[in-house]
Amino acid sequence: MKSIIIDDEEMARAIIDKLSSNNKNLNLIESFSNAIEAIKYLNQNSVDLIFLDIHMPTFTGFDLLQTLKNPPKVILTTSDKNFAIEAFEYDCIVDYLVKPVTQERFDKAVQKATLFSQTNKVESKPKDTEVINELYVNIDRRLVKINFATINLIEAKGDYILIKTDSKNYTVHSTMKKIEEKLPDDLFLKVHRSFIINTTKIIDIEDNSVLIGNNVIPVSRSNRPELMKRLNLL
Amino acid sequence: MIYEKPNLNYLKEISGGDLEFEEKLLIIVKKELPEEINSYKKFLNENNFKQAAELVHKIKHKISILGLEKSYQVAIDYEEELKQDNLNLKLEFEEILNSMICFIKMV
Repeated sequence: MKSIIIDDEEMARAIIDKLSSNNKNLNLIESFSNAIEAIKYLNQNSVDLIFLDIHMPTFTGFDLLQTLKNPPKVILTTSDKNFAIEAFEYDCIVDYLVKPVTQERFDKAVQKATLFSQTNKVESKPKDTEVINELYVNIDRRLVKINFATINLIEAKGDYILIKTDSKNYTVHSTMKKIEEKLPDDLFLKVHRSFIINTTKIIDIEDNSVLIGNNVIPVSRSNRPELMKRLNLL
Repeated sequence: MIYEKPNLNYLKEISGGDLEFEEKLLIIVKKELPEEINSYKKFLNENNFKQAAELVHKIKHKISILGLEKSYQVAIDYEEELKQDNLNLKLEFEEILNSMICFIKMV
């Protein structure tokens, strides 16, 4: 795997360089002390794997990931355990190494990256049926990524829609019709004129309402048969 | 107060006997650590605790490289406390710095 290191600390770069040289699956091609230089490089060259430090001055590792359109696989390297939760938000991150990194732990992370890439190769064969797992919404001139799996429900609010996820609510200027077209049918269902729900998030159903998280959502009579059809009823 | 001595166990473990690599790493530590300590003290004198915390963050990695596992935890806590303008761990942290400086002068 062609790999690069991005870390502002010379010592950290030297250590990853050494650990890489002991791993026969890796071909370390470049090393960068700041994210900006790395972005320039990545815009013109393709790599399979990035060893990325999170805590860097001015432009952090997460900032860098947000600028890359199709990021390669990433192994985070950090002195902070606190970022682990944020790391789960990125599909490209395959592992999280806390410094100081041992050879054994390093090799394990590389193995994960290798497996990850093999799995992806198999999955990416039928390109015309590529699965999209997320949606980008425009919020204050920023395109924010929301994974379908994290969405609990969508509620119409006049000229806006409210997207409620596990961790956050997003108010977006759009219509129910538009978002309905963007959502995968197997996960989402319109149960009411003003509500689309993620059917995997249903806790229970009572007559004409469903419970998702602590939200009670009305189910209109005309949409109820379709909802019932989706359930694996005993 | 923590009593543990800096050592080269981690460096030797990852070097696999590559003396050139060990030397390279020690040169970096010898060059950077005094500079980082000076900057840390400067920021502290200016009551710029956020920047001082940044320096503790940088030094933290060197603490772990020199095998100081318990001291590493002190540095983690001190970095967080400095961000809250809290200097409770200052003396303990600076003792660690002293022992590191003595050590790198010997190796």
